[in-house]
Amino acid sequence: MKDFYDVAIIGAGPAGLAAAKAASALGASVIILEREARCGGILNQCIHDGFGLMRYHRALTGPEYAARAIDELEGMRIDILTDAFVSQLVDNGDKKAIIVITRSGLLTINTASIVLATGCRERTRGQIRTPGSRPSGVFTAGLAQSFVNLKGMDIGHRVVILGSGDIGLIMARRLTLEGAKVLGVYEILSKPCGLKRNITQCLYDFGIPLETGMTVSRIIGSKRLEAVEVSQVDSDMKAIDGTARIIECDTLILSVGLIPENELASDLGVKLDPKTNGALTDAILQTSVPGVFACGNCRKVLDLADLVSRQAETAGANAARHALGLGGYEEAAELDVSLPKGWPEKDVINCTLCPRGCSIAFKDGKALGYGCKRGLEYAKTELVSPMRTLTATVLDSKGHCVPIKSSVPVPRSSLVLLRQALKSVRLADHHSGQVACTIDGIEFLSAENG
Amino acid sequence: MRYDVAIIGAGAVGCAIARELSFFKLKVAVLEKSCDVAFGTSGRNSAVCHAGFNNKTTSLMARFCVEGNRLMEGLCQDLGVEYRKTGKFLIGFDEADMRTLEALVEKGKANGCTGLQIVGMDAVHAKVPGVGGIGAMSSPNTAIFDTFGYTVALAENAKANGCDFYFSHAVKSVSEGPDPYRFIIDGAIEAKVLINSAGLFADKVSSLCGVDGYRIYPCKGQYYVYDKIADSTLQVPVYPAPRPGIGGLGIHLTPTIHGNVIAGPSADYQDDPEDYCTTKPVLDQLLSESSLLLGSLRPGQIIASYAGIRPKQAPPSQGGFMDFTIKAEQGRKGLVNLIGIESPGLTASVPIAMHVRDILIDHQRDFGLDMQARENPIRTRKAPVRFASLDREEQARLIKENPDYGTVVCRCQTVTLAEIKKAIDNVLGCRSIASVKYRAWPTTGRCQGGYCMTRIVAELMKSGLKAEEINLRDEGSNLFWGQAR
Ligand SMILES: Cc1cc2nc3c(=O)[nH]c(=O)nc-3n(C[C@H](O)[C@H](O)[C@H](O)COP(=O)(O)OP(=O)(O)OC[C@H]3O[C@@H](n4cnc5c(N)ncnc54)[C@H](O)[C@@H]3O)c2cc1C
Ligand SMILES: Cc1cc2nc3c(=O)[nH]c(=O)nc-3n(C[C@H](O)[C@H](O)[C@H](O)COP(=O)(O)OP(=O)(O)OC[C@H]3O[C@@H](n4cnc5c(N)ncnc54)[C@H](O)[C@@H]3O)c2cc1C
Ligand code: SF4
Repeated sequence: MKDFYDVAIIGAGPAGLAAAKAASALGASVIILEREARCGGILNQCIHDGFGLMRYHRALTGPEYAARAIDELEGMRIDILTDAFVSQLVDNGDKKAIIVITRSGLLTINTASIVLATGCRERTRGQIRTPGSRPSGVFTAGLAQSFVNLKGMDIGHRVVILGSGDIGLIMARRLTLEGAKVLGVYEILSKPCGLKRNITQCLYDFGIPLETGMTVSRIIGSKRLEAVEVSQVDSDMKAIDGTARIIECDTLILSVGLIPENELASDLGVKLDPKTNGALTDAILQTSVPGVFACGNCRKVLDLADLVSRQAETAGANAARHALGLGGYEEAAELDVSLPKGWPEKDVINCTLCPRGCSIAFKDGKALGYGCKRGLEYAKTELVSPMRTLTATVLDSKGHCVPIKSSVPVPRSSLVLLRQALKSVRLADHHSGQVACTIDGIEFLSAENG
Repeated sequence: MRYDVAIIGAGAVGCAIARELSFFKLKVAVLEKSCDVAFGTSGRNSAVCHAGFNNKTTSLMARFCVEGNRLMEGLCQDLGVEYRKTGKFLIGFDEADMRTLEALVEKGKANGCTGLQIVGMDAVHAKVPGVGGIGAMSSPNTAIFDTFGYTVALAENAKANGCDFYFSHAVKSVSEGPDPYRFIIDGAIEAKVLINSAGLFADKVSSLCGVDGYRIYPCKGQYYVYDKIADSTLQVPVYPAPRPGIGGLGIHLTPTIHGNVIAGPSADYQDDPEDYCTTKPVLDQLLSESSLLLGSLRPGQIIASYAGIRPKQAPPSQGGFMDFTIKAEQGRKGLVNLIGIESPGLTASVPIAMHVRDILIDHQRDFGLDMQARENPIRTRKAPVRFASLDREEQARLIKENPDYGTVVCRCQTVTLAEIKKAIDNVLGCRSIASVKYRAWPTTGRCQGGYCMTRIVAELMKSGLKAEEINLRDEGSNLFWGQAR
């Protein structure tokens, strides 16, 4: 480790990793500071698949995507410091000082450019101001995801989900596969926020109802959650009297929004968007403080990790140009690519094989709207016997949760039973990408990061 | 088990009494229905060390509050509890308010408060810019402190002198035993003296002991918690001038010792002494009233809400404050009742405890006690390390000493692994999530545990708990049903 770097990157999620790669490629000396024990950011807990369709042209799980992003740094001269909590940023004009708390001491790292890649946090119950008691059993979706996927916790048996964002939808499927009964997803807006494909594959696949224009108006239970009251809302999103309904449940999952993480940015006086808390940047992704760049979810929450990586490359490269005094700043590309969101149309199949996300319909036995042959085949199968990739975790001999995925899609109807069967598996030796176990003739690959 | 004294209730008052009695050669037990101290009213209030101008002159409330305010700074120093003398402003919005404030200054003087004066808004704005109103009363001796840490410290001090704590022990029956152990509690614990410091349940505990006639009227106060904006917006508590009502201090804004701002409390009578629900209409009212005091508060800065319940003796039809009832009951030898210990009960807790001590000294013959002072009792408790509040050199030194200071567990409040471990390994043996929170203050920031909860759970499991044994608070508030094993 040195005490000066051209570029210091805070956060080693997809944003930080891609920024580091781009900065290093231009010849800058680079350090990545990450408070977790391993790189990958939020991806490590997203064990479902569907990442990487754009960047790597295949469907990866979150940990697999992270592993690839880390592999891309192989052979580059980048210092990576994990278990390193950045506690403060100090602006000394041309140079910036970064105060880092680590187990081997309190470090000060000087740098010419900083890339903020600190991701986001979740909105909580307090912030949406849900009245009622304060029992256990109320989790934000991301927290629930980390307890279930990383620690193998059984967090609840009868579950209500508030918010139809993708994390909530993903958790509806996850908890169902883990054996819980998901009673319903309630969305305050008049239409769902999540991707069409997630509504299909996470809710419809399992018969989980989704109601819009609804909110949780009261939390009930003195110790563990006992019930929630759901109500319809008016155009001001206020609960309408007389529409309340009580749902008995032991768990409430909140998927009610993400807030860019910018406490450190505030230290430096970086201007934030007062509405979203995202760091404001110009066309080259530089914040209001010269030499400080921002990308990924701490700038603006993006739906797809692929977009984050792409944007971060621009931020990293520009940070290097700033530090090295090179001209020719790149402007960030418009990231308007996004998969279709909202209610899936009736009798339409949304292809999930590539980022185009074609809507395919059958009329008089003829398929319409597919963009390629693979998609046509997908739609045909979807019509008669839908197939899904099963992702889950299994325990290794030390009791750690190892993410796995089926090597090929399996019949949708077999998902729950296969998941249950996997619960008794104990992995011996396992390597990422290799077959970890076989159930009913179906191979499951280890999908670990690292 | 046999004790000289059994105290029911481990709130600030029960723990202060335990500490006071632990300075004597007595066998003392504290019985608490929750799994930790301060889970009742003592953990759900404004955490203000009041000056004592608001209480009826000659009342116990006034006397003990003024005395408590005088003692608190030293106490907090001895017990290693965070305390800050902020002073406080009472804001007048019209001429009637100003007359109320002038009368308060006089009442305060009569109660023995010092330094009270009427000031113009310039003086207020110099300390808290942006506050509305036309004039104010300044109370320089008002302070804020850590009410959880305070109650924990009192209990730990008592424990260090040999006091026993029984947690998760709700007293359900008290029968009569032969002299001198006249109280048999739940058939198992015998005591010569029973001190009823059961807060909201003090009327019921008194009845268990055969003394009827008390009634507690629960009166809920709801609060909003704002993000850590105290430094930038509000360093001094601001209250509206008191107006006639059912006996609260009006919705006020208070910086907390940890840097947040709280707005509240409302005041609504209810029947249930344990219904801590927050309700939409009241929370909306809090928002609008607090923005009257300080227009710059934004709803987006709210991170949590909570409620506390006042154990009032004054029925709803009467309202206002009735004085504390603290006495040795004639009808039941050895029973000391503390009824209606509402605000300023926290401020007054140690003077109340000294008063109870004096009652025992007065009655020792009768009660069969021998009130001999212990030689060199422990009177202090070491302050827990607060990594975030230290300067960099000190932080660096701590990490060298113990690398666990180099692992940040709670990102919002910068609480380190070393502090979490210490909090889990606490003297009283309390291991709920809230117990860790009250001691080291994680989960209380803007992410409300989103980041640190998994880490705290991991540490609790390392300490020997199974997943299904991890509770948010009391038994039954489990976070998990189990774990894949
Ligand atoms: C709970 C959750 C679930 C999601 N699920 C999906 C999904 O299913 N599919 C999808 O495409 N997208 C998903 N997303 C969006 C996804 O997070 C983004 O696409 C992408 O991972 C964001 O990348 P990032 O690098 O900006 O942030 P992150 O991946 O969050 O990385 C930020 C990193 O910064 C580190 N950091 C922050 N502060 C500090 C500090 N002070 N010191 C040191 N390090 C610090 C963090 O530890 C973290 O590793 C999800 C997001 C969340 C929050
Ligand atoms: C909204 C609000 C704001 C306030 N603000 C302030 C302030 O700013 N400053 C101030 O000085 N005061 C304030 N107060 C008052 C102060 O909080 C209380 O006076 C004080 O906490 C009372 O302490 P306690 O020990 O008597 O009661 P508690 O803290 O309620 O303790 C009683 C304990 O007894 C236990 N118990 C009950 N029944 C049984 C049983 N059968 N068996 C075993 N255990 C039992 C309970 O579980 C509880 O832990 C406020 C009060 C409220 C409600
Ligand atoms: S049909 Fe072809 S082009 Fe369209 S989304 Fe599917 S794979 Fe992509």
